[in-house]
Amino acid sequence: MGVRIERVDLPGIGVRNDILTEGGRRISVIGYRSGERDIAIFDRDDPDACTDSVALTDDEATRIGEMLGASVTLSKLTELGDGAVGLYTEEIVIPVDSGFGGRPMGDTRARTLTGSSIVAIARDGQVIPSPGPSTVLQAGDVIVAVGTRKGLDALADIIDRGPR
Amino acid sequence: MESTALLLIEVGGLLLVLSILGRIANRIGVSPIPLYLIAGLFVGDGSLIPLRESMDFFHIGSEIGVILLLVMLGLEYSPTELVKGLRQAKFSGLWDLLLNALPGAAFALLMGWGPVAAVVFAGITWVSSSGVVAKVLRDLKRLGNRETPTILSVLVIEDLAMAFYLPIVSAIVIGEALSQAAITVAIAVIAVLLILFIALRFGKVISRIFSLHHLESLLLGVLGLTMLVGGLSAELKVSTAVGAFLVGIAITGQVAEEAVRVLGPIRDVFATVFFVYFGIVTSPATLLPVVLPALALAAVTIGTKVLTGYLAARAAGVGVAGRWRAGFALTPRGEFSIVIAGLAATALSAGNAQVAQFIVSTTTAYVLITIIAGPLLARIPDTDWFKGAVRRRAERRARLQPE
Repeated sequence: MGVRIERVDLPGIGVRNDILTEGGRRISVIGYRSGERDIAIFDRDDPDACTDSVALTDDEATRIGEMLGASVTLSKLTELGDGAVGLYTEEIVIPVDSGFGGRPMGDTRARTLTGSSIVAIARDGQVIPSPGPSTVLQAGDVIVAVGTRKGLDALADIIDRGPR
Repeated sequence: MESTALLLIEVGGLLLVLSILGRIANRIGVSPIPLYLIAGLFVGDGSLIPLRESMDFFHIGSEIGVILLLVMLGLEYSPTELVKGLRQAKFSGLWDLLLNALPGAAFALLMGWGPVAAVVFAGITWVSSSGVVAKVLRDLKRLGNRETPTILSVLVIEDLAMAFYLPIVSAIVIGEALSQAAITVAIAVIAVLLILFIALRFGKVISRIFSLHHLESLLLGVLGLTMLVGGLSAELKVSTAVGAFLVGIAITGQVAEEAVRVLGPIRDVFATVFFVYFGIVTSPATLLPVVLPALALAAVTIGTKVLTGYLAARAAGVGVAGRWRAGFALTPRGEFSIVIAGLAATALSAGNAQVAQFIVSTTTAYVLITIIAGPLLARIPDTDWFKGAVRRRAERRARLQPE
């Protein structure tokens, strides 16, 4: 996982940490001596300038960190199945108008009907690992399911149609 | 009226007015320093509402203001940053000195104020205002930019250079014989180097004198040590400001951070007093005749500062647009120019009062111009027409020199 982080001292102010993304964009976090921080995104046209910088409070910075961390966990989970023979992972969104919102996960009868397992639920930037049948789903949740191609397609249909 | 009562009324009234001015400045997004200077002009000798009882208070307060400004500046830099900055930006520091100090010196000679004033003006036009520049960079959201470390390292070098320059000025303005002045300067340079060395090596030990757990004693301790060293350096003719700056550098780490926090509010009060007092000692009558010369000086030295920043950023490998940004950001002059002028004026007022008055009023006008114009000029490289002009020029150049 080669991520290049460049650290630059800002005398009298603090430090700046830059990350150069794979897509060639540069994002930096400016840490002030006083403990505050800004996040800045660099200009596409002028590689020396940032287009904007946003000051973040302690809580906001923590939340953004959590959200990013959770999405990494999710993409790791997704990678997991892809190598195994015939086994796939899929992220399925519970639509806002879905009847499953507010009902326990067991109501989908995913395992019985499709043979797929729901291994995680991503909600508000956090991941709920290994949910049980009694875990209550919410509209907007992303469920991560593992199963055969056919089973996963069937599960997606069930989620779309809603509970009978 | 009883004199203490009058003193309180004058100080209180003026501080109230300053508080309103500070708010106005904040609202329109400019530095409050020019407004404080102008407020001082209105209450000085021979002005509209001259202060009667509180002059001494403002005088002593301004001395404490200089000490606090400088100790805070020192606290904000760590010794390693200074050494690193010196190593990285020594060449841009040299250009900075040549390009900006020489016009100041030439100006004083042209005006016929003599070689002493030339040395003083060299410093006044040389040093950018670290406080104002850092604030402009933050306001314009440029702290993340690539040219910013270059700008900051130029500021670091200038501030560090002041530790050597101020003792030289102090020695020259009191009119010592050349041999005597050389000795004073040598003492000053040795003292500065010694303190820097101690700060680098034993900064932790010095910081350990202070307790982090008792903020009141930390406040009194740092304030006490700074004033003590400031006084001792004045005794050695090294200038109080330099002593205070070095104390700030010697204190490092967590103690420095806490000290910045506890000293901050006191610094704000006395730094304001310092700027007001400089306005007070400027007589409004002498200000008018120097406005034009000060404008010319400002125009020339804003140009040379832009060139300095441009060259420094180019040396650091920054693109054309970034070079211009660095140049324009460096143009405001402020607290140090006033410190230098104040130092010179105090020493000269006994011998050559007229030149002293000229130095003070020209500096007031000069700082007012650059500190107001600087932050506005700093926005030029962000405008669309400027960006367009830079791009068109690059395209033309690319066409002229096919690969």
